[in-house]
Amino acid sequence: MNQTRYWSWHMVAGVIILVLLGLHMVTMHMGGLTGLFVADRTLESVAEPNSQARDALLSMTFMYVVLLGIALFHGLYGLRTILFELTLKPATEKVISALLLIAGLGLFVFGTWAAITAHNAASLVRG
Amino acid sequence: MPETNQAARNITFHIRRYAPEKDSKPYFQSFPIPVKPGMTVLEGLHYIKENLDQTLAWRYSCRMGVCGSCGMLLNGRPALACNTQILDIAQNDLTIGPLPNFEIIRDLVPDLTSMFNKHLEIHPFILRDDETEINDPAGEYYQTNEQLEQYLQFTFCIKCGCCMAACPTLATDVRYLGPMPLAQAQRYNKDTRDDENGRRFERVASPHGVYRCHYAGECSRVCPKGVDPAKAIQFLKRQLVLDYLHLAGGRKACSKQGPSTEGKKLPGIPEAPPYTIASE
Repeated sequence: MNQTRYWSWHMVAGVIILVLLGLHMVTMHMGGLTGLFVADRTLESVAEPNSQARDALLSMTFMYVVLLGIALFHGLYGLRTILFELTLKPATEKVISALLLIAGLGLFVFGTWAAITAHNAASLVRG
Repeated sequence: MPETNQAARNITFHIRRYAPEKDSKPYFQSFPIPVKPGMTVLEGLHYIKENLDQTLAWRYSCRMGVCGSCGMLLNGRPALACNTQILDIAQNDLTIGPLPNFEIIRDLVPDLTSMFNKHLEIHPFILRDDETEINDPAGEYYQTNEQLEQYLQFTFCIKCGCCMAACPTLATDVRYLGPMPLAQAQRYNKDTRDDENGRRFERVASPHGVYRCHYAGECSRVCPKGVDPAKAIQFLKRQLVLDYLHLAGGRKACSKQGPSTEGKKLPGIPEAPPYTIASE
């Protein structure tokens, strides 16, 4: 029942993305209005001081790593579904699954490294 | 053809022809047909066969939308030729082809073998642990009206193949089970006389099973019997996901109805006659 497992997590990931992407949009575009996750409300949310303030928060780093992971799974599973509708040979399907798994894990490791590095750098700058 | 007082109107049938023994590929042939109100596409095809071209091949049987034999593509929409009136879908021209997503045997005759093989894969019959009772039933099973409603509409399916022809997923993925087998899986899955999901769900949840549906909904739109296969597929997905997440309640098959202890025989009803054949 692997397909059921993939599909179930695809659905769960969709719901989590809805919440986390909403949070991402609020922090990135409505900081001046809400005053949440910004160091200076007079600056744009994406301004460097505000960006550094967010990066210094461990909770934000955690949120972005989670968002990255589930978005990668959701997107790559969707891509796999589309490709599998092309009546491929079973061997080709296995190769595609393996390639997508490798690509997903690679991007996740790279993105996680970037998020942690940004967190460490921002923590150093802000003391 | 129904007899009416109204004058016949000429409509041209553009029919996709293909005879594998002599044609390298299908082609269209046109036939002018005098059409009267009430005349069905099937009657139009009979007119061609009787008056214009005896070699035209199509499949039909009941002529009343019950057998599911005469499914074909009428002006781009899968439908039964016997319950589609020509004037409802055509002004001057009517294009007729065999159901897509199937091999063509000849002219308008599709090869439905692939559909029936997939139908068999989902075990379209009652599955119970007590096989003795299945093979030699000793009583009836109690089922409430509400339980019957859970699957009743899916029993109306006549296996005409219109939903399979309309399915865009099946057009690209020939291994996909398709709307008809999946709707029938739901039909037996929701039947409380059935207590076995494992074997059926093994195929339903396979890589080319229920999850390949992306809910275009065309199957439900074209079904000539008003069955909603897209809904059945969503129900199947929901149950599989809830089962996986352990959020679904357990389901038990309904029990066998014992001999009635409540009924009273009304006065004046004679005894049943004795058996004419001795029981073994």
